[in-house]
Amino acid sequence: MADHSEHVVSVGLYWLIWAVLIGATFLTAWIATVDLGIFNTVVALLIATCKASIVVLFFMHVKYTSEKMTKAIVVSAIFWLLLLLFLSLSDYATRSSG
Amino acid sequence: MSDRAGLGDSPLVVEHEARPELRHHFADVVQQRNAASLGMWVFLATEIMFFGGMFCGYLIYRREYYPSFAAGSKSLNLWLGALNTAVLICSSLTVALSVRASQLGKRRQLLWLLWGTIFFGLVFLGVKGFEWRDEYVHHHVPTFYFSAQDLIRENPNLHIDPQATKIFYSLYFSLTGVHAAHMVAGIGIFAVITFMAWKGKFTPEYHTPVEIAGLYWHFVDIVWIYLFPLLYLIDRRPGA
Repeated sequence: MADHSEHVVSVGLYWLIWAVLIGATFLTAWIATVDLGIFNTVVALLIATCKASIVVLFFMHVKYTSEKMTKAIVVSAIFWLLLLLFLSLSDYATRSSG
Repeated sequence: MSDRAGLGDSPLVVEHEARPELRHHFADVVQQRNAASLGMWVFLATEIMFFGGMFCGYLIYRREYYPSFAAGSKSLNLWLGALNTAVLICSSLTVALSVRASQLGKRRQLLWLLWGTIFFGLVFLGVKGFEWRDEYVHHHVPTFYFSAQDLIRENPNLHIDPQATKIFYSLYFSLTGVHAAHMVAGIGIFAVITFMAWKGKFTPEYHTPVEIAGLYWHFVDIVWIYLFPLLYLIDRRPGA
């Protein structure tokens, strides 16, 4: 018979991830008040992406899934989103204002 | 029907007879669980495109009217936004722990964690509603009564176009509004899940509804993780 066991993540790891996410939230709120020039936005989006990644990997169990199709869908969804943002913004960024 | 299509006592037949929750078109519970979760992920991929269109519009206008967007962003309550981010992270923790409790068959713990999730969801909506009320009082809702005069007064060194701040608030209310609608749907889904858990529908072998409702909840949390810096933190530098 097939193996029915799922990966059960330990309570400690979930609380650790919670602490990291809460810490990152206050870090991003604080670092926004520090003048980093154009890097304020970059840092804010970088922190948000790190937070989103650990939610996807641990809370949403993508790190533990045996189903490769799930990973393929996650990667392709992000790819389509980047395609939308990159192509649209490269259009607007290269228009003449005159 | 002891002999299905000549399968006899094959492991497949035995497994199906021992597990009433296993639908006949799946080979085993692992396949059934993975198929359900995969379906949710496909739905979430469409949700990414749904929010992605609005995020794209936001980025284009923010580039075009940066000072007006920065002034609009500064008028939002930074600490309530951060608090709400923390509330949603707490709700994601209770969701993750509730999936774990259902995997281990801990019914009482599962029920408490599901109630906790609904509680955090309602706290989020309450704080959000308070913020919306504040913006309504300050004439920042883009309607006939919209006014950006307070922003122009408070930011004398920024070139603020009232029409462009209107675009900022339109995007702010659509993004947070659509996000809040997802929260309301999520709370509804979790109310059903809580009822099912109370009826004792979930076992360590079968708890797929908890898992896929959890995927949806975490996704809505991720949308907020991006909305918080994009809406509240455009330019918070002192003196900017």
